[in-house]
Amino acid sequence: MILMVWQLAVTIASGTLAGVTDGKMPLIAKVATSVSKTAAALSRAAGRGDGSVIGGWIGLKIDPDLLAHLSSGRAVALVSGTNGKTTTTRLTAAAVGVLGRVATNSYGANMPTGHTSALAKEGHTPFAVLETDEHYLAQVIDATRPKVVALLNLSRDQLDRAKEVAMMAQLWKTKLAGHPEIRVVANADDPMVVWAASGSPQVTWFSAGQRWHDDSFVCPESGHPIERAQGEWWCTGCPLRRPRPSWVVEDEGVIDPRGDWHLVKLQLPGRVNIGNAATALAVAAEFGVRPIEALPRLSRVTSIAGRYAQVDRDGRNIRLLLAKNPASWLEAFDMADQAPTLLSINARDPDGLDTSWLWDVDFSPLRTRPVLITGDRAYDLAVRLQVNQVPFRHVLSFDEALRSVPPGRLEVIANYTAFQDIRAELDRVN
Amino acid sequence: MSTEALRIVWIYPDLLSTYGDRGNLLILAHRAAARGIPVETYEVRSDQQMPSTADIYLIGGGEDGPQALASQRLITDGGLHRAVNQGASVLAICAGYQLLGHSFFAKGAKCAGLGLLDLSSDRGVTRAVGELRGDVDARLGLPPLTGFENHGGRTHVGAHAAPLARVTAGVGNDGQTEGAWAGKILGTYSHGPALARNPAIADLLLRWSTGADRLAPLDDSWADRLRGERLAAAGAV
Ligand SMILES: [Zn+2]
Repeated sequence: MILMVWQLAVTIASGTLAGVTDGKMPLIAKVATSVSKTAAALSRAAGRGDGSVIGGWIGLKIDPDLLAHLSSGRAVALVSGTNGKTTTTRLTAAAVGVLGRVATNSYGANMPTGHTSALAKEGHTPFAVLETDEHYLAQVIDATRPKVVALLNLSRDQLDRAKEVAMMAQLWKTKLAGHPEIRVVANADDPMVVWAASGSPQVTWFSAGQRWHDDSFVCPESGHPIERAQGEWWCTGCPLRRPRPSWVVEDEGVIDPRGDWHLVKLQLPGRVNIGNAATALAVAAEFGVRPIEALPRLSRVTSIAGRYAQVDRDGRNIRLLLAKNPASWLEAFDMADQAPTLLSINARDPDGLDTSWLWDVDFSPLRTRPVLITGDRAYDLAVRLQVNQVPFRHVLSFDEALRSVPPGRLEVIANYTAFQDIRAELDRVN
Repeated sequence: MSTEALRIVWIYPDLLSTYGDRGNLLILAHRAAARGIPVETYEVRSDQQMPSTADIYLIGGGEDGPQALASQRLITDGGLHRAVNQGASVLAICAGYQLLGHSFFAKGAKCAGLGLLDLSSDRGVTRAVGELRGDVDARLGLPPLTGFENHGGRTHVGAHAAPLARVTAGVGNDGQTEGAWAGKILGTYSHGPALARNPAIADLLLRWSTGADRLAPLDDSWADRLRGERLAAAGAV
């Protein structure tokens, strides 16, 4: 497939080169950009996904510096962290959109290939907001020379492949310390993030809360225990402690650095998303956008690559929530209504092959809701729920789940490939 | 036992805790409570003194640095040694299993272990990642072991300990045997919540520490289905 797209793309590119790229780009970058866009379009036309990766992959094969070429002349914001980056990127792009056109990787394709595709596809835009996989942040900083980098949180994700949390924070810290020109927007509630940002001269702190503490019991600087009380945290062995945030979530709104409170009306559920909105407002403010200008745009964002999407089927209103690691499961329970809830767990390659993390999640918030379970690894979940004293029923398919609940809301919480499976059943909702 | 609660200690969760290690604590507490046995659980951090009067000690997996630090602190503290001498039971997982032996390798250096099990560990050429299955030492009277392993170590069991199981899929200690046991101490490379797939090992620890010959059966139909699925998956790989 890739080879076929490639040959077609090269053939077509020669005819479509003019007019699609920036005049200042080197010729190789122009060719690469054009081929990249064509390949993405062909991939979509061939029904092979949304084309958001393959185009960039081919473009970078032709010109390894393509991402740097495509980024130059744009004011770029990168959004990174373990959780919430897809949603925060979408909200930030909406907020920065007050100023002009924004290129963004809205399908969650968050590695350099996805960035390249997104920038090539949008043509020249004054702004770009790019969700960035935490492992690639250093590399993408080098390529895109961002004006702003937003650091959301760091917690364990996919044990059998990911780097240790502290090691990731160290990589961030080293890279950011070498780029004092970057304005960092960082979560004051996550000790790992604060430490990673601590070498930067220009940091704006926001408070979006931290539900998951298990990966930051120990200070990354000194190795001493971290204590927490009344929303503050501090190291017991060195000066690292929670900085005073200038953007703070309060009630259903956000307090800005001047002390003004703004009501945040979102179509996305949960307090977590108000935190994501606060982050988006803080990043947009670095570009000169005022909250009062951005908020109407935030309220128009509905679903994000199927996340939070609502689908009506057979009298059931189905809502999809993605939860891919312990921290995001806790957030999903917060976002979901008190309604019948289907949990689906797989352990395929993109999920990580190991299901041990199920034991790090406290499922007790679900005790008051009718719970259904499904997925490749439903039995692992069954044993976990039994010990957690959460009653449940096992179903063999999504259809069986639908038939098992009364008309009304059905919340679906699934990990990565299980989420994609259900999304496919619902005809790739967006 | 009688009126006193069963005390379970999770050793150094700040140092030795990978995904799901907490599960073993939850499962033991759940299975004891389901039999009407009162339970108290304690999470003892590495800056705290290790109590020597608990009944069951759990020690989990972790990275090289924390593993070496945990071993040093436990040797200096002495609480776990005293507890074992007084008849406490121990379940040790992965890095925790290695540090119960005479020595292990962390960050390329040989480190002293606690010497509570007659074994020593070094580095394998490749990392063992995947489903693990084995037939358990017949003297323990347990069904086959199933687990997920993820470790780079290889372990050599000495004459004063016995392998926990003979490997039928996966690597374990060396591709032949898996884990070790002696007295009331049991170690395994089945990482994380090993007891979720092996409730019979949880009950063995509970019998060791209560002195009961047998425990009332529980509804393990979901655990049995999980075991069936994972034992078959290990065979298929
Ligand atoms: Zn410190």
